[in-house]
Amino acid sequence: MTTVASRPIRVADVELPPVDTAPLRRLRRRRALLQVACIAVTLFMGFPVYLITLAAFSSRQTLNAFPKSLLPSAISTETLNAFLSSTGVLPAFLNSVAIGIGTLALALLIGAPAGYAIARFVFRGRESYQLLLLMTRALPIVVLSIPLAQVFLTAGLYDSVLAVVLVHAALSLPTTILITASVFVSVPRDVEEAAQLFGCTRFEAFRRVVVPMALPGIAAAAIFTFVLSWNEVLAAAVLTLNNRTLPAQVLTSLSDSPLAFRFAGGFALVVPALLFILLMRRYLLNMWGSTIR
Amino acid sequence: MSTDVGQASGPAPAAGARPPRARRQLPVPYLLLVPSAVFMALLFGWPLLSGIMEAFQNPRGGFTLANWERMAGEPRFWEAVRNTLLLTAVVIPIQFVFALAMALLLHAKPKFAGFYFYVWAVPLAISDLAAGLVWLSVFTDLGYLNSVLVNLGLAEHGVSWLNYQNPTSLFLTVVVAEVWRATSLVLIIVVAGMQVIPKDYDEAAQVLGATFWQRLWHVTLPLLRPSLQVALILRTILAFEAFAVAQALTGRNFPLLVGETYEWSVNLQNRAVASAVALVVLGMSMVVAVIYLRALRQPDSVGGAR
Amino acid sequence: MAEVRLRNLVKTYPGGTTRATDDVSLDVEDGEFMVLLGPSGCGKTTLLRMVAGLDLPDSGQVVIGGRDVTYLPPRDRNLSMVFQSYAVFPHKRVRANIGFGLQMRGMSRDKIAEKVRWAAELLQLQPYLDRYPAQLSGGQRQRVAVARAIVMDADVLLMDEPLSNLDALLRLSFRAELKRLVGEIGTTTLYVTHDQVEALSLGDRVAVMREGVIVQCDDPITVYDVPASEFVGGFLGSPPMNFLSGTLAGTNGTVELDLGPEGTRLPAPASLATFRGKPVRAGIRAETIGVSHEQRPDAVRFVVEVFEPLGSAVLITGDLGGQRIKVQAPASFRAEPGDELWLSLECDSLRWYDPDSGVALVGAS
Repeated sequence: MTTVASRPIRVADVELPPVDTAPLRRLRRRRALLQVACIAVTLFMGFPVYLITLAAFSSRQTLNAFPKSLLPSAISTETLNAFLSSTGVLPAFLNSVAIGIGTLALALLIGAPAGYAIARFVFRGRESYQLLLLMTRALPIVVLSIPLAQVFLTAGLYDSVLAVVLVHAALSLPTTILITASVFVSVPRDVEEAAQLFGCTRFEAFRRVVVPMALPGIAAAAIFTFVLSWNEVLAAAVLTLNNRTLPAQVLTSLSDSPLAFRFAGGFALVVPALLFILLMRRYLLNMWGSTIR
Repeated sequence: MSTDVGQASGPAPAAGARPPRARRQLPVPYLLLVPSAVFMALLFGWPLLSGIMEAFQNPRGGFTLANWERMAGEPRFWEAVRNTLLLTAVVIPIQFVFALAMALLLHAKPKFAGFYFYVWAVPLAISDLAAGLVWLSVFTDLGYLNSVLVNLGLAEHGVSWLNYQNPTSLFLTVVVAEVWRATSLVLIIVVAGMQVIPKDYDEAAQVLGATFWQRLWHVTLPLLRPSLQVALILRTILAFEAFAVAQALTGRNFPLLVGETYEWSVNLQNRAVASAVALVVLGMSMVVAVIYLRALRQPDSVGGAR
Repeated sequence: MAEVRLRNLVKTYPGGTTRATDDVSLDVEDGEFMVLLGPSGCGKTTLLRMVAGLDLPDSGQVVIGGRDVTYLPPRDRNLSMVFQSYAVFPHKRVRANIGFGLQMRGMSRDKIAEKVRWAAELLQLQPYLDRYPAQLSGGQRQRVAVARAIVMDADVLLMDEPLSNLDALLRLSFRAELKRLVGEIGTTTLYVTHDQVEALSLGDRVAVMREGVIVQCDDPITVYDVPASEFVGGFLGSPPMNFLSGTLAGTNGTVELDLGPEGTRLPAPASLATFRGKPVRAGIRAETIGVSHEQRPDAVRFVVEVFEPLGSAVLITGDLGGQRIKVQAPASFRAEPGDELWLSLECDSLRWYDPDSGVALVGAS
């Protein structure tokens, strides 16, 4: 057996002061306060959603009672059923879904190619085009919706699902273009070019190589557009009469409807938001980062 | 950077004309852009022009300022202007301070940060109508806030928050609902902005002796300035458009500008006046955008980047 | 001015499986320039950050100037630091950058101006004081970072690979300048780098780290010449130390290293007599080997494989008794692949290591 010894790291044999744990305690206290603050904010942000859910699932009896309990006592679908069976609600709900899907399809169809162009090509007018997109986002929808009502009337499109799809697509187009542009930028150019070298046409390369890699980002853009369309109130209310979307329906019946109706309506409008954020929270920061630049 | 050949020949050649080259070169980027450009021209440009014209037209098509006079003659209009400006002026600072505080809380990486972020971001996807309805359940006479107050013995029957005879309280409920709803947007922007700031700057400031507030003021906020600027412009313009919140909470007791355009357009069937009001909103938005751009312009630190 | 004492510092990063620093102890004397050297991931930056207070240890102690600072926030430790990325604030002018720390401590504007002028002069930054960092080159920004650190007159100066972002030429010139500057000011300095040339050139002592442990801490010459392990020998020097495997043999008073089937033998010190019959590793630096075309007494046979002229010397890779080593020869020396050369390896130049652990054998000098 070989005896070896490594050269020990010599340190002075001096008396050292004891470890001062006061700063550590201060640090721990501060982290506890941090949690408390976070919880407080979470309560403020989350509690109202809980309350509307509670309200939507309370029976009429519970809703008429006062003071109300903050805890769910008897879960009942009475209010929600009443809401869904109210005139116009179910069709409005279906309209919203149809319009949402139509909007995201149209926005992607028109916007994705433009996003691709911005991502992959350098051409004259690229900067101005992007500036234009940013400016249109700053344009108030109200300025467009009112005249559009007239335009659609003359075109015979008034009060149609198509009209709302067109407007919503236009509203979400700038954001869709900018998001898809950043998604395509993140797909490395080399992979595309390699596919072309191996015999694909430009379009084939796009379809086989770029689309799969860009899919998550595009899915995020699609969901974002759907939620935008789902929530949009003003244009939908102005442009439709009988073929309302859900928000438009709720808005126009606000003054005539009982509280229960309104609570259920609020809940129905909120649910997609919850799902959306749950699905998209990883992409949220990327999406907003890309559109701000 | 692959420069597709389209750009070498300048703007897309007119349909039918062929560039006098041996190879035919497709102006691919322009082709890809055309649908979106056309679409936006039709759905943004045309209505914009149409709206401007409509505001100045009488029913027979001639130029008139009658619509504007009609608009300005209504006391509700001026109330709406005042309310909109007041609401925006109050909500925006609150939101930004709140969002900044929330972003700083998250930045300190507490446990469960992911969960907190999710909950704090949820209102982002809630429309202002839904937000109004959510807080309606809280503020209504038989609502949850009064229930809590009565249960705690702080009041006998609760306060009539949404009573039109109580304009301050009306205003406050709308403020709360708006702050609750729209702070998430600013939060996302601020958090995204913070993530891009290399942590070296903050660490260097720490070693150099800066306290938390000094670091915030001297390092974090200046580096966040570009994000904040964009957020401010977008948020303010969006704030001018708030209307469904107030309708949900207060009915017609708290007039807002966009609510008035809705009224004129749908209920009173007078699109011309509605267009006029819409243009007022547009004008306000543009003025505000210019003010922000001026006030928050970067000092001449070439490029401002690292 | 203060000395730094680290005792038994342990840190594991959350989510990590191995310790970033494993029970590390070190003393840096007052005014000493200590270099922490090692490959990436060895824990040198972690150690520096714990001294700075940017990371807190799981256990252990950091004492600066006789005061326990283990858990104090950075701002209370009276340190200054130069970061690898410089971290020069892009939104402040050079003047404001340099004076930042003084401003944070509440010094009066006149005194700040005076000190900033002094630091700017030391680093030749006077013409740039009113510029923004974006208008400066990388090297100039680095000077700003250094100026900002030295103006603080701190107890300890910390540097995290400050030269690694500079191009090679600039690195060389600034290295000398840095050494002169820090020597003039005389602050206790803790300097982290992965560049062994930098470490040897700058440090009063070099602490070589590997996998969270300090494996050797000595002055540069000793670390280079008497590595405590194969790792240290291989990490320092360009080219790295040659290592030969063999068995100790010999009769009576002599000890020899038997390199294997070809029968090549190298001299070994008598103190290793007790290891006769055991396998051992011998280390020798390329430049300490004598090389000649003529066979001399006690020279061993070496066949050239690659001949590399380096300008100031020539580097010859070849086969010695079945093992490949590199030999450095004067610039005028010539050889070709396939040539037979004769190497003289002095017993004094050989270093001995345990083949399993790589650690130096004690008593063998």
